[in-house]
Amino acid sequence: MNRMTLDLWVGVFVAIGLGALLFLGLKVGNLATTSTGETYVLKANFDNIGGLKVRAPVKSAGVVVGRVGDIRLDAERYEAVVTMNIGSQYKFPRDTFAKIRTSGLLGEQYIGLAVGGDIEVFKPGDAIKKTESAMVLEDLVGQFLFDKAAEGNDKK
Amino acid sequence: MLEQTATLLRGLGRRVTGRIWRLGFASRFLLATLLYSGTSFRRFFLTIREIYFTGVLSLIIILVSGLFVGMVLGLQGYDTLQRYGSSEALGILVALSLVRELGPVVAALLFASRAGSAITAEIGLMKATEQLSAMEMMAVNPIARVVAPRFWAGVISMPLLAALFSAMGIFGGYLVGVVLIGVDEGSFWSQMQASVDFREDIVNGVIKSVVFGILVTWIAVFEGYDSEPTAEGVSGATTRTVVTSSLAILAADFVLTAFMFRGV
Repeated sequence: MNRMTLDLWVGVFVAIGLGALLFLGLKVGNLATTSTGETYVLKANFDNIGGLKVRAPVKSAGVVVGRVGDIRLDAERYEAVVTMNIGSQYKFPRDTFAKIRTSGLLGEQYIGLAVGGDIEVFKPGDAIKKTESAMVLEDLVGQFLFDKAAEGNDKK
Repeated sequence: MLEQTATLLRGLGRRVTGRIWRLGFASRFLLATLLYSGTSFRRFFLTIREIYFTGVLSLIIILVSGLFVGMVLGLQGYDTLQRYGSSEALGILVALSLVRELGPVVAALLFASRAGSAITAEIGLMKATEQLSAMEMMAVNPIARVVAPRFWAGVISMPLLAALFSAMGIFGGYLVGVVLIGVDEGSFWSQMQASVDFREDIVNGVIKSVVFGILVTWIAVFEGYDSEPTAEGVSGATTRTVVTSSLAILAADFVLTAFMFRGV
């Protein structure tokens, strides 16, 4: 086989191989929308973050507007400090509510931003004051049992 | 009785030291291959020729198996997921299992049996017909001229083949899941895109396939170079290439997975 044909075939091979990588990156990994684009940082303190993980989505009205960047424990107040990277095109009023929600019954946890009506918006680095912790299933079941028991006592 | 035990122990010892000796020789051989690989980049045509034989000729088997593996994943994944009412997660299942595990591993296994065995047989036969000795006589270093281009061709081809395998498999999963069964197309792609991370999943998959490429071609060229220069010796070396590299791929995959995806 002569050199030209060989080069051609190897060129085709390398091209479609790189094409497959590009396909994986853009179509499967969605590199185009997640990593490009400027972000700014917002912080929020939660009493309990449940199963929230780094890279979990931050959603407003169901639309992903950012990702959780970092989760730490505030050693003085024993609260979880969650750092969020929000896309710069999204501005949120200062009375926005941050709630930890679960997608579906057993799905992954995310931060839902419920927008308020304030005219001023958060500046980069600000902390969201109003937060609502994750719903912990064990606490909920415990509460339910406690209420049931209380009901039973009332009847007697 | 004592005599028999002694023979047994002696045999065992010989085999163990033999293995260790081969491991040491193989490492020295890899080092020599890396040292003498200047030629395969200066005269890049040598490497291109080998990429044709190892990469391009493996395309068909990789593409077809990728398609079928993806289609089977689509069928099996759908069957299990729909019991929990989450058949839309099919995209995640197909993409993650292919990109993280099946793509690099199955592509490497196929590559070992398709291209690795061919490399071993070729080099082994060159040795048996004394072509390697003839090169040395002409002051041509056979490691630089024969071994290194094949090694680099394998290392270059493997990630590309694994990426093609994954892409083809995802297409197969799409065919079965969306076109055949009727999972919602939008959620198939969007859930996949939401949970496949470029750095964590795709880049790690590529790193895996590079490691597998190094392992397979290293074993293949070494077994060929080290084979006994007889017809039997070449056939034994070819078998050893496929067996050893398959085991090496699976073992390395476990170690790499333990490092990469721990606690994610």
